[in-house]
Parts: sequence; C-alpha cells; structure tokens
Amino acid sequence: MSESASDPKRTVSSSAEGADPQRRSSAFQIEDLHVWFGNRAALHGISLNIPVHQVTGIIGPSGCGKSTFLRALNRMHEFIPGARVQGRIRLFGEDIYEASGDPILLRRRVGMVFQKSNPFPTMSIQENVLIGLRLAGTRNRDLLEERLEEALRMAALWSEVKDRLHAPGIELSGGQQQRLCIARALAVRPEVLLMDEPCSALDPIATAQIESLIRDLGQRYSIVLATHNLQEAGRTADCTAFFLEGRLIEFGSTKKLFTNPSQKQTEDYLTGRFT
Amino acid sequence: MNDFQPDPSWEALPLAAETRSLTHSVGIGRILDQGFGFLAVGAGISVLALAALLGWELYQGAEEAIRRYGMGFLVSSHWDPVAGRFGALPFLYGTFVSSAIALLLAFPLSVATALSLTEFAPVRLRRPVLALVDLMAAVPSVVWGLWAMFEMVPWLRQTAFPFLQRFFGWLPFFQGSIYGVSLLAGALVIAMMITPIVTSLAIEILQSVPLTLREAAWALGATRWEVMRVAVLPYVRSSLVGAGVLGLGRALGETMAVTMVIGNRPEIFLSLFAPGYTLASVLVNEFAEATSEEHLSALFEIGLTLVAVTFVVNSLARLLIRSVPFFFAPRPLRTESMETSG
Ligand SMILES: Nc1ncnc2c1ncn2[C@@H]1O[C@H](COP(=O)(O)OP(=O)(O)O)[C@@H](O)[C@H]1O
Ligand SMILES: [Mg+2]
Repeated sequence: MSESASDPKRTVSSSAEGADPQRRSSAFQIEDLHVWFGNRAALHGISLNIPVHQVTGIIGPSGCGKSTFLRALNRMHEFIPGARVQGRIRLFGEDIYEASGDPILLRRRVGMVFQKSNPFPTMSIQENVLIGLRLAGTRNRDLLEERLEEALRMAALWSEVKDRLHAPGIELSGGQQQRLCIARALAVRPEVLLMDEPCSALDPIATAQIESLIRDLGQRYSIVLATHNLQEAGRTADCTAFFLEGRLIEFGSTKKLFTNPSQKQTEDYLTGRFT
Repeated sequence: MNDFQPDPSWEALPLAAETRSLTHSVGIGRILDQGFGFLAVGAGISVLALAALLGWELYQGAEEAIRRYGMGFLVSSHWDPVAGRFGALPFLYGTFVSSAIALLLAFPLSVATALSLTEFAPVRLRRPVLALVDLMAAVPSVVWGLWAMFEMVPWLRQTAFPFLQRFFGWLPFFQGSIYGVSLLAGALVIAMMITPIVTSLAIEILQSVPLTLREAAWALGATRWEVMRVAVLPYVRSSLVGAGVLGLGRALGETMAVTMVIGNRPEIFLSLFAPGYTLASVLVNEFAEATSEEHLSALFEIGLTLVAVTFVVNSLARLLIRSVPFFFAPRPLRTESMETSG
C-alpha cells in the first residue's frame, strides 16, 4: 500500500528512540479520511500531514469531528459498532489500516490521553504507569523501575508522587490524575501522543501545568491535541488545523492561522462569529 | 463587644422566622414536599414494623421448642415427630450443602456467560440474550421442579450418576445406591434456577463499567482478554461477589423445586447420591400435618433458623461488598483547588 517513494521499512520503527526529524517530516500522512457512524458521515475526506516532533492542534466547535479524527489515528473506532473508516492513514510511511497491520501494536506506538482522566481505580500510581509495559510483556524489574521514573518525570508528576507510588491513582487530584494518564501513555515510549481535550475538565492552574507539559513534550514527541479552547491551541500548538462539520477548513502554522487565516470560515470562528 | 459570644438561640430565632416566611411563600410545593416526607417515613417505619412483627411471631411460635431443646435443636440430627424428637441438623446440613454446591456450579457459569456476552459476543446479541435470561429467571419454581422430576432425575439416575460413580466412585461423595432423587439433584435444580438470576445481575454489573476505563486499556494496546483482566474484572470484582451472594440467598430459601427432587429424608449422608432435606422443604412438607404443639413449635424454630441463616448470609455479603470501597462508595476525590496548595 505504501508509495514507492518512501520505503516503509526504512521508516518503520517500534519505538520512539532514534526518531530522525530530517528524514521524517510527517508522523501521520492522512489521505481522504472518511468516518461514518451508521450511515451518518462524521468526517468527509480529511487530508492532512501531522508533522513530526511538533504539537498539532485540532480546533473546531463541539461535534466537528475532532475526537473522531483522533480515534481514527489509533483505530479506536473498531470498538464502536457501526463505525466505518475509509481512506489511507500512514504512520511513518506504514499504512495503519492495512489488513496485516496489528491494532494492538499500533496503539503501543500511538498513545492516547482522554478528555476525562481515567486511571485504573484499583491500581496504585505505580501500577497505573507501568500497566502498558506489563501488557507489552515487560518483566525486567530494573527496566520497569527506570521507565516508571522516566514517565513520571516527563509527565511532571515525579516530585509530587515519588513518596507514595503505592497509593491508589484515584487519590490524586484531577490535574494530577490527568498527568498520571499522560505518564501511563508515555511509559511505553510511543511515537505519537493523541490528546483529546486533556484540559477541558481541569481548573486553570492544572490546565496551565498540563499545557506547559504539552509544550515540553512537543520537543520530543509528535503530539496531536484536540481542543475546543482556542487559547489553548494558541498557547501550545506549533501548527493548527481547523475543522468544521467534519471537514478540514484550514491547516497551517498556528501563528499564521490565528493572525492571518486564509479562509473566511476560520476567521469567523476565531472572531467568535459562530459557535 | 469583641469577646461577645452570641447565644445560639438568640441568633437562631430571627433566622428561623425569616426562613418560615420564605417557605410560606413557596406554598403548595412545600406542602407536597412535606406530605411526601411523611409518606416516606411512614413507609420506612412500616417495613421495619413488618420485619419486627415477623421476627416476633416466629419467635413466639418457636418459644416452646427453644425452651425445651435449647442448643440441642441445632446440633441434634434426630428428627422424628412421632417420637417427639426434634433435631434440625439434617436440614441445616442439606440447606448448606445443596446451596453451596448450587453456587459453586452456578456462579462460574453465570460470570462466564455474562463475560462472554459483554466482552466477546457481538453487541447486537446482547439484548436478545439478556431478554432470554430474564425470561428464564421468571420461570416459577414449581415448573422447574416438574421438569426436574420428570426429565432431570431419570437422566441422573440412568446416565449421569452411574457415570460419576464409575469414575469418581472412590470419593465418598459419589458412593452408595442411586435413586435419582438426592441432595445432588436438589443442588442441581437450585443451580439451574439461580444461574439466570446471577447471570442477569452479572451482565448489568459488567455493563456498568465506565467506557472510559475500557478505552484506557484499549488505547494502551490491550487485547480483549487483557481489557477484561485489567479494566473490567478488578472494577467489578466485589459487585460480582455480591451478585453471587444474592444468588446464594435465593438458593437457601428455595423451596418448591428442591422439595420435589431432594428426597426429603432427614438424615445426614456423606454421599451426594443419598436423599436429603432442607429447612424450607421440611416446612412446606410438614406444616399442614403438624398436629402436636411441640411439632408445630419445632417447625416455627426451623422457620426462625432459616430467616437467621439468610440474614447472616446477606449481612456477610454487605460486609464483603463494603470491604472494597471504590465501587459502591467511591472515595471522595480531592478537589482541584487542593492541588494548588500542595
Ligand atoms: N459513537 C458515536 N456514534 C454515533 N455518532 C457519533 C459517535 N461519536 C461521534 N459521533 C458523531 O460524530 C460527530 C463528531 O463527533 P466528535 O468527533 O465527538 O466531535 P468533537 O470531538 O469535535 O466534539 C458528531 O456529530 C457526533 O454526533
Ligand atoms: Mg470530542
């Protein structure tokens, strides 16, 4: 399925280390993506390249298809009866919907953080962070311990929880729980991180913490951040895509899109002329 | 002025007056509210009163037996109304063993059925199967009993029990002569009756697992099995146990179908092929024919024992469920603002 121009073998990698920004300009290449729920289309032909090692913001009003778009990138629609995905999505050149592709392996390469923090309520902080590695079959204690600290440090949570790693994850505050979920996603060292409105349930201070975290992570990870909060996209995203009613209206650098949009609809949305 | 401590009543008075004038203006809603409050309290009290009355009546009826036999009633295994000997141990034994076996068979089957339906089967199967399961749960006891008597017991006698005896006859539980009607037959019919109930409960419980938890596991690359192991089962474990105990409660009190196949012999045999008796069965069998005062009183005590056993089992279930706090009573999550201070 891959184009001859880009040899899939070259770009396929099962872990994030050794990402080479020169040779990989795009993490995801999305061509003509349609998603249906039953016979209602939620996305009408989206074509978009998600750049590597940057934060890509997806903005648009509620119901415009942000979540639907994100979930197509790690094949989460497979759990929804009646959902249908059409089009081509390549992750570092590799078609993720190819029949031979394994959604389980894909989801280890493409981590996801949800709108509502969802730590496993029966698990401790440590168990929550390490569950992805355990599922991947990692038994090496030294490695687990190393990744635990690494992931919690990356999620800017280490100093707050290092003395109570065995406390239940749900005893943390809302913002801490969301960072725990980020740590959980990062522990398996994914190549891409999908974040679906990760701050929409948080107070301003927790939001600021997570936004700065996203900016930091954006240096090392390819992040796709869906948000209905324009300021959030403005503060964190390197480039931004504006979705409206299942269509991609405009995509470009955040600065350009916010200051000098080329589409009338984008301008209307940014100036709050419709909801 | 500074050290002035206001008298609570002094401050409360004007406030109460103010509140009253406010509520007066609300009018009809307030009256309805109060009316409903009285109704609810009344209903609550009458339920308690009913329970107390039941307990009292049973105790009154059983008083003579309690005085006459004391603890001997519960530990003696001789039940002979004609000779005036009343020991309830065979019934206790039959009740516990048949219920335990029934639960041992029904619980894993029910949970497995529910899991396969919610975790593995296509979603469109769920509704019809759930409807069928609920229908089975509604089949009257006596119908199960009829079916068991005419279909199950002959099959047990001719096929299943001889088979068990051939291969497991070295175990004391599968020795002795085979009549068909037996403690094991009673246990099997109870198992069949509680399976639909426990299955139905288990399905509801499994469906109550928040989608966000399943999604968390999926997004980490969990397989269906792993989603079940990581996200679903830990979350519902205690409530599944609760469903099992509810099933057990039902099993302990099950009467009609069991009476029809258990053999009704007040003796304790180690073999499950031997006939047995339960607390509920002896009540239904002997109450109408009990002529002597002491017999009647002993039967009342049997009833009291049955109530006590069920009560204890249910209380244990509640304790068990409460021991895992996150599901039935979620720990209060810290509020967002606390994070700023820390
Ligand atoms: N599971 C689903 N079943 C049916 N329709 C859905 C489902 N999820 C989303 N949709 C529809 O798809 C459209 C896009 O939804 P979504 O991607 O959740 O929007 P957003 O995340 O931008 O708020 C909406 O019209 C929504 O009703
Ligand atoms: Mg959404």
